[in-house]
Amino acid sequence: MGRKLDPARKEKRGPGRKARKQRGAEVELARFLPPGKSRLSRPGGSAAAAGAGLPPDPPPVFPQNRRPAAGQPPRGRSGFSDDNSKLLAPAKAKKIPSKGNNMELSSDGEVEEGSWEMEEEEEDGSSDEMVDDYGASSSEEEELLPIEKAALKQKSDRGGLSEDDSEEEEEEEEEEEEAAAEEASRQKMGQKEEESTDLQLNLDIDEQFKLPTDEQIERETSPPDLHIIHQRIKGNMEVLQDFVVKREEGRTRQEYLALLRRDMAAYYSYSDFLLMKLMDIFPLPELINFLEANEVPRPVTIRTNTLKTRRRDLAQALINRGVNLDPLGKWSKTGLVIYDSSVPIGATPEYLAGHYMLQGASSLLPVMALAPQENERILDMCCAPGGKTSYIAQLMKNTGMILANDSNAERLRSVVGNLHRLGVTNAVVSNCDGRQFPKVCSCLLWGVLGGFDRVLLDAPCSGTGVISKDPAVKTNKDEKDILRCSHLQKELILSAIDSVNAASETGGYIVYCTCSIMVEENEWVVDYALKKRNVRLVATGLDFGKEGFTRFKDRRFHPSLKSTRRFYPHTHNMDGFFIAKFKKFSNAIPQEQKAATPSAVPDTVREPQTKKRKLEGSKVDKEQKPPQPALKKRRSLQAQRRPLKA
Amino acid sequence: MRPLTEAETRAVFEKLGRYIGENIQLLVDRPDGTYCFRLHRDRVYYLSEKLLKVAASIPRDSLVSLGTCFGKFTKTQKFRLSVTALDFLAPYAKYKVWVKPGSEQSFLYGNHVLKSGLGRITENTAQYQGVVVFSMADVPLGFGVAAKSTQECRKVDPMAIVVFHQADVGEYVRNEDTLT
Repeated sequence: MGRKLDPARKEKRGPGRKARKQRGAEVELARFLPPGKSRLSRPGGSAAAAGAGLPPDPPPVFPQNRRPAAGQPPRGRSGFSDDNSKLLAPAKAKKIPSKGNNMELSSDGEVEEGSWEMEEEEEDGSSDEMVDDYGASSSEEEELLPIEKAALKQKSDRGGLSEDDSEEEEEEEEEEEEAAAEEASRQKMGQKEEESTDLQLNLDIDEQFKLPTDEQIERETSPPDLHIIHQRIKGNMEVLQDFVVKREEGRTRQEYLALLRRDMAAYYSYSDFLLMKLMDIFPLPELINFLEANEVPRPVTIRTNTLKTRRRDLAQALINRGVNLDPLGKWSKTGLVIYDSSVPIGATPEYLAGHYMLQGASSLLPVMALAPQENERILDMCCAPGGKTSYIAQLMKNTGMILANDSNAERLRSVVGNLHRLGVTNAVVSNCDGRQFPKVCSCLLWGVLGGFDRVLLDAPCSGTGVISKDPAVKTNKDEKDILRCSHLQKELILSAIDSVNAASETGGYIVYCTCSIMVEENEWVVDYALKKRNVRLVATGLDFGKEGFTRFKDRRFHPSLKSTRRFYPHTHNMDGFFIAKFKKFSNAIPQEQKAATPSAVPDTVREPQTKKRKLEGSKVDKEQKPPQPALKKRRSLQAQRRPLKA
Repeated sequence: MRPLTEAETRAVFEKLGRYIGENIQLLVDRPDGTYCFRLHRDRVYYLSEKLLKVAASIPRDSLVSLGTCFGKFTKTQKFRLSVTALDFLAPYAKYKVWVKPGSEQSFLYGNHVLKSGLGRITENTAQYQGVVVFSMADVPLGFGVAAKSTQECRKVDPMAIVVFHQADVGEYVRNEDTLT
């Protein structure tokens, strides 16, 4: 997204990094502007430097500026990758006139990067408002009149800067939300001329992000103008970051948040419900990064099949075919990331021969956490399409036994295909419901084989971590879906725990993972498992990734949840993921909050959490309180085997 | 899931023998344990005995695949070897054919191998002998039947078929649904 530089004209380059970039642009613009206005596009320069006065009438100049400046590159804006600059270029372009306005006041030939940056940071919100104004003017004819009105007004009250004036002006004008931006921009222009009280004026200006009243919102035309909304989001965020200072009198934080939510929902196409959930999880600047990251796909990654080849050889073979690749990172010995390729990655002879598997980087993590050893018995409860199962098999070097299960028969075909292609010989594929596993295994497996050594549960989830792969998730998930997923996950995790043999010499581990970032599906389920079974959380062995939450809104989770890991698209550049690793230390299934025997340990640890638990922790008698009758029924088989305590 | 009957075993071994000859013994008696064949829904699976117990405990309707599928019995009880057995045929193959890089793709699309694409061929391959097809980098691509003996291959014109295609790894992508 560069400026359209004419390569034939080599501009004289002065000292300084910015000079090299912007000086050229200035000269470019000089072609379009009337000779006297060429100073407008000069970059950098101390805002505080006393400079020439504002050119006679800025407003007529800006529309002209907009077109040539449309090619200007974004200037070091944080949070937006180059991929997004296409989306944002028009906004940036509109920004330029405002910058131009500032620039012209700098001393000639001088570039002060520091002050320029500072200027940019501080006046981000406000300059956006000003830009907003011109954005509006470009889209709606009737705005020209207010603009010209504004320019004339500003010229007249150049000396004074008062919010009262601005608000009066705003009240006079009756239109959409651009009013706020407009008068803020007017203020801005006046302020630039002052120069001396720059910082203070900036603060004043930022306060000028005025919440549009409800009537103004209603009067908003549809389809919404995305540029305006984007500017409003930025302005709103500015205010919310420094709320005490920048807030508007009489407006609550809730109103700002409500507007922000509405705008983000419109701009990024999310449902309001999902956005509310996301706002609970992420702080605001991170939320923007997350939303932006979801617009862009994650890089394509492959995993070498070490049963058939080595990463080195595979990389060489693919490079010979014309694929641009790199090792995935220090944390993976088998991963490769594909930058671009002249052949379809899913159809090379190496792929067909089973030398590698197309797999997301985040899917390598749960298997690394599981750390299957050779000659173990592993259960993969939700295995489709078979990437993790085959990774487990390759780590075990085709020894031992893997039971790959999935409840969806359609998707099992890809599992079988992948396992055969990759040369996995120690897998049995089954099509059972994961919740049946204790029953299926109990009689024969437990009796004859004694349960599994490790279980991997990649639970079906709402998919909020993989929005970049499936944008439909933005709108089709609501409260019911999340709770339904959560319920299913809770059932599955109990089954998974029941299928593991705690007394196994090498194992006794369960890894629970989802590709979701919702707390209801992650920490809540893990906490539920901790309460219901004799398991404890252990370190996943992954040294990167964000720790899971130990408290969220009004819920408090077990402190050991710090050992779980969360991965986000915007911080780790892989799909959103959550991983938790349990160790089962006893095969006994605790009856409802029974204190004695092995469950005493987790009880005492968890006692501080709820009073209820404290009371029951001390009791020896078993209380026949059935919070989950269905669960009890399913466990009745095991319960009968255990002598009842009187 | 049940063990193979006499007749079925004979059919399977005979088919396998066409490609790997007497090396079938190596398939059954392996250093890392005994392997066996089992029949499930007309498909023949090759698996280690360790898997047998687990596979046996899964309800028959839920069982989808065990170990490696070698092929299936057709409705008229003929045994058809599938590409999924390639990993076991390739190391023990007695007669091999190497294909030039240019016609790799063509073979992977399911076409026969022409003389123009033939890189190397094992000496004294008889006509209609089962062969395993490799790429020049020794990557197994599939298997087929030699249409011409080695001697004839030297004499025949470039457009003649030298290997009839029977199965290739491209089927993993083309016929993913019919593998199971």
